[in-house]
Amino acid sequence: MIQVLGYNNPAAAAVAVRGLIQLGEASVLPLLQSLDEYNYGARAYAIRALAAIADPRALEVLVAAAETDFAPSVRRAATKGLGQIRWQANAAVVSAQQRVLHSLVTIAHDADWSLRYAAIAGLQALGTAAADLVPAIVEQCRLIQASDGDVVVQARATLAVITLSP
Amino acid sequence: MVEHYQSSDAGLPPADPTTEGTDEQSLTVEAAIAQLTHPDLSLRYYAAWWLGKFAAGNPAAVEALMAALADESDRTELGGYPLRRNAARALGKLGDRRAVLPLVQCLESDDFYVREAAAQSLGMLGDPSSVPALLPLLAGGVAAAQRVPGRPHLAQPCEAVLEALGNLAPGSPQQAAAIAFVEPFLTHSLPRVQYAAARAMYQLTQSSLYGDRLVQALQSEDINLRRAALSDLGAVGYLPAAAAIAQAATENSFKLFSLKGLLRHHLHDHDAHSKDAIHLMSLMDQLL
Repeated sequence: MIQVLGYNNPAAAAVAVRGLIQLGEASVLPLLQSLDEYNYGARAYAIRALAAIADPRALEVLVAAAETDFAPSVRRAATKGLGQIRWQANAAVVSAQQRVLHSLVTIAHDADWSLRYAAIAGLQALGTAAADLVPAIVEQCRLIQASDGDVVVQARATLAVITLSP
Repeated sequence: MVEHYQSSDAGLPPADPTTEGTDEQSLTVEAAIAQLTHPDLSLRYYAAWWLGKFAAGNPAAVEALMAALADESDRTELGGYPLRRNAARALGKLGDRRAVLPLVQCLESDDFYVREAAAQSLGMLGDPSSVPALLPLLAGGVAAAQRVPGRPHLAQPCEAVLEALGNLAPGSPQQAAAIAFVEPFLTHSLPRVQYAAARAMYQLTQSSLYGDRLVQALQSEDINLRRAALSDLGAVGYLPAAAAIAQAATENSFKLFSLKGLLRHHLHDHDAHSKDAIHLMSLMDQLL
């Protein structure tokens, strides 16, 4: 299925991405190992699959895609995926969650409204998964609510605040 | 609209600007204004585009671009005015209504693309006083709005005029006249012109009849038409279209931007936590 991502056939790639997502954790290592290929299109599909599977082993790849990929659609998917990572209880989780928080707050100030929007959706999901971070996330969302120039981004921040602090 | 333009008409800078001084960072508003009268015509053309993108709120830029609407030096082999086209496009983006009158005069230009850019920019500037000048471009109805032989466009920029009227005519003294001019274009042979008419009719009447026509267009065979319908629905904020937009067979980014348009409209007179706003955001979240 990973090979299909490189055929430049969007319909086939979409089917393969769905299949990879259904396989879940079993897809993660093969996807991570296939990433250093030169085929940009394939890379974008792989990152979308990794974002949807949200396995913590993809953390660094997703952070890099969310912060620096040149395709906004890939950045949005990776940003959303960062917020939804399925954390496993171990000693490294707290610092990894801090890493994600930092990354999402950075993206929440991107020039592109759709990335700011995705970052807020990611922050809300992160707060739902990591109760310790809720006060910091609510504070960030209140700041965005008050200062963002786009009413739609402001509205998403309002919704995140309401959802996390009922 | 894309098929109307040669790449040199799209108002964009060259893909590989090798000329000194055309780098986005290196240009300042003052330098770009000076460049509007540079001996190199391609630098003038670029400067007009640059000012539209980067000179918001600068009165001197508006004045320089208004002067460029009378340019005689930059002509295409078919008699077009590339600099005037870019200046007209830029003035729409800068939001200064002093440009309305000179743009209205451009509606009589013999260059189709100048008329098109002027109509688009007048629609963006939001001043209803330009409605009486826009209506005559639709005179003759569908019969007159046909392809010019040998050119890739109709006799008049109908789509741009219909869209501008949809933005400007509601609530103006010419609202009823605008409806009479726009309505026949629902039967134009080009689907994009039909959509522009449906979009304007929705804005002029708020009737779901026209919003639902755009929703039907989401089922079009042609992906470009589906994308156009998404853009039109977002522009008019037709809330009943939300679920159909989320399910349309296009890339997520087009659907996300369309739903954003719906939410923007909704937020004019509703809170971010209204039931509809929350529903729109849940649809948008799924498209990230």
